[in-house]
Amino acid sequence: MSRAAAHVTTEDPVFYLTDEHDHAEGGSTMFGFWIYLMSDCLIFAVLFATYGVLGGNYAAGPAPKDLFDLPLVAVNTSMLLFSSITYGFAMLAMAKGRVGSTQAWLALTGLFGAAFLCIELYEFAHMIHEGATPQRSAFLSSFFTLVGTHGLHVTIGLIWLVTLMVQVARYGLIQANMRRLMCLSMFWHFLDVIWIGVFTFVYLMGMLR
Amino acid sequence: MSTKAKAHHDSHNHYEAHSHGSLKSYLIGFGLSVILTAVPFWLVMSGALDSKQTTGLVIMAFAVVQIVVHMIFFLHMNVRSENGWTMMALIFTLVLVIITLTGSLWVMYHLDTNMMPSMDMRQMP
Repeated sequence: MSRAAAHVTTEDPVFYLTDEHDHAEGGSTMFGFWIYLMSDCLIFAVLFATYGVLGGNYAAGPAPKDLFDLPLVAVNTSMLLFSSITYGFAMLAMAKGRVGSTQAWLALTGLFGAAFLCIELYEFAHMIHEGATPQRSAFLSSFFTLVGTHGLHVTIGLIWLVTLMVQVARYGLIQANMRRLMCLSMFWHFLDVIWIGVFTFVYLMGMLR
Repeated sequence: MSTKAKAHHDSHNHYEAHSHGSLKSYLIGFGLSVILTAVPFWLVMSGALDSKQTTGLVIMAFAVVQIVVHMIFFLHMNVRSENGWTMMALIFTLVLVIITLTGSLWVMYHLDTNMMPSMDMRQMP
């Protein structure tokens, strides 16, 4: 109607779209979520830069060599890697519309994620017990901030995962749930990408120092 | 493609840009990342390379390759999704990340070396 009126009353050229395109519900969610991930990437870049600047300032306290247990970090890394592939399998099951196997793979992903968190918390507790607290040196402050922020992301990812499992159990694999699962998929794989940076630059390079 | 499969496909049309990947692509990605994780750990834990600097450079190269592998096989990055805007956002972010990292390290390193003679914390009371 408004379009017809515009045609009648105005002779001037129109420089904008008078009609909105038809946007499918949630059609831009994935791209929006990608933008969020990129901004999250910047947070981690700043934390990595901080660690890069401060990582050598031990204040006569413990150095990476005294603290890090590489076999434990390797186990931790494999937990996150396994959780990535199981999430991938969950997405494949979801694409085929199989609720049961989607839920099973999601549960397995959650278990691997929880195992990762437990190992990380054990490592932190062990370090703090030895007196390597965040306030001990600039190295430890930046270490706990960087690795802790990653751990916090994994924690939130786990909460999100459980929430979505409840959603899928209640409403099945409806479009909205599939969209949410795909956002979490991106989030989860993104955290794995960040962890590659963490184990390389913090743990492995730390042992080389 | 059967008509039923096609109809199913069409109903999920706007998810097409972010494909789910296939079993094969996930397994390839997983296999590659296991190798790309195991080798750096082995290099550092066994000290196979004599020079620490070489080891450092090699594990950094492995990390970069593994990040690319994850981007392609797990995050399904390509230049076509969302008309290339996903890739644009990624490139923009990478530019910012590189400026942040190299800028911080460069400036702070020079600040450190040009400051007063370094103080040894061990002589603090």
